[in-house]
Amino acid sequence: MTTGRNRRVVVTGFGATTPLGGDATTTWNAALEGRSGTRTMTHAWVDQYNLPVTFAAELAVPASEVLTRVEARRLDPSGQYAMIASREAWAHAGSPEVEPERLAVACASGIGGVWTLLSAYDTLREKGPRRIYPLTVPMLMPNGAAAAVEIELKARGGAHTPVSACGSGAEAIAYGLEIIKSGRVDLVVAGGTEAAIHPLPIGGFAAMQALSTRNDEPETASRPYDVSRDGFIMGEGSAMLVLEAEEHARARGATIYAELVSAGLTSDAHHIAAPDPEGLGAARAMSLALSNGDLTPADVVHVNAHATSTPSGDVPEAKAIRRALGDATDRVAVSATKSMTGHLLGAAGALEGLFCVLALNQRTAPPTINTVDLDPEVNLDVVVKEPRRLGDGDLVAINNSFGFGGHNIALAFRTAS
Amino acid sequence: MALSEQDILSGLAEIVNEETGLPADAVQSDKSFTDDLDIDSLSMMTIVVNAEEKFGVRIPDDDVKNLKTVGDAVSYIQSAQG
Repeated sequence: MTTGRNRRVVVTGFGATTPLGGDATTTWNAALEGRSGTRTMTHAWVDQYNLPVTFAAELAVPASEVLTRVEARRLDPSGQYAMIASREAWAHAGSPEVEPERLAVACASGIGGVWTLLSAYDTLREKGPRRIYPLTVPMLMPNGAAAAVEIELKARGGAHTPVSACGSGAEAIAYGLEIIKSGRVDLVVAGGTEAAIHPLPIGGFAAMQALSTRNDEPETASRPYDVSRDGFIMGEGSAMLVLEAEEHARARGATIYAELVSAGLTSDAHHIAAPDPEGLGAARAMSLALSNGDLTPADVVHVNAHATSTPSGDVPEAKAIRRALGDATDRVAVSATKSMTGHLLGAAGALEGLFCVLALNQRTAPPTINTVDLDPEVNLDVVVKEPRRLGDGDLVAINNSFGFGGHNIALAFRTAS
Repeated sequence: MALSEQDILSGLAEIVNEETGLPADAVQSDKSFTDDLDIDSLSMMTIVVNAEEKFGVRIPDDDVKNLKTVGDAVSYIQSAQG
């Protein structure tokens, strides 16, 4: 087995639990059908706190219906979702036989165990410190999900939690790519998880005016690139990919769904929440992903955009795509799947990475829903309403993910050869 | 009114089941929390705190280490109820 640099990395399994479905296939099929995962919330706390936003994209299948009662009790919801997605991904990859020391986990989160943290604070104030659940700290720590998955899969090659807000999930996949390429491990279960549909993060994002307030029309509230877009939709869930050294995958006869070619990571050094208005950092991330993978703009046929449906974020990304791909942009089918899934924050890049893998594998770009009146500043070929066939031959897709703080991550995937 | 030994045992079994998922009828007086029931120290602390609330007793941390078996805990709770 080669252990030097520049090994090729392929995707041999995936799993997810999302607002569109309790597994990866159900999620993908719902996306191809253009379904919205957004609903009015029914939690008592929505009225209790008089939240300005009353809808979100919650899991289609609650974790409590999948995990045992004891498993659910010992994991923050973010850990629960990661466990569900990771088990599916691992089984989907054929539960590979691998030396534990050659298997790692990279499971990101943007916010971490916020439900556990704030529930424990309620317990502290109401009942005192002795009543705090002894697993509170391992449940609330951001690496709690990665650790739970690492223990579940007996992965002894490392467990990692990159944190870069809404870029986190993509950064975990980029990290997984790097440690396989470098020869450190042969397999990485990589992705992200988020469970922050809680009144405090909702109140916080609403205070930034980052969320859509179309409370009367939740299913059409997320409308990336549309002139009337007014903010993103809180989503939750997890998506995990099994990344594997190509030679390892071929040696065991694994099904290869796509190649993860390369990644580009940059930071804006501009503003804590707003992207560079010209999308310079984002464009540089895309260009780096291409050059790191010996790819050219002409190779790219599909971009799964970050496109959260905020007034301030979508246009800089549209400019970035054109800046990075130039005239080749005209031949690129751009999909903004947050129109259907909502924004899974630290899991978004992982879910959209999964969508890229499936788009290449099935040569079909998923649709963007609710985008009717394209913003004139968006000079892109956005796939609206219906999925679009992507054509034959070797195809490359790019997944963009950006996070508060100016984090830009672009992942480049290619059809399996 | 103080609870009987049997009432405490079944109450404790419920708590153990809630925390660990072990069937309540596996929680017998002669079973060791660590060796037989595979309960780690963090789960033990949860069981102790829940038992304090359920039975209205206080079990200081220093005493917890002496509760090796389920029977030890039942006896402790029974005497603490006074």
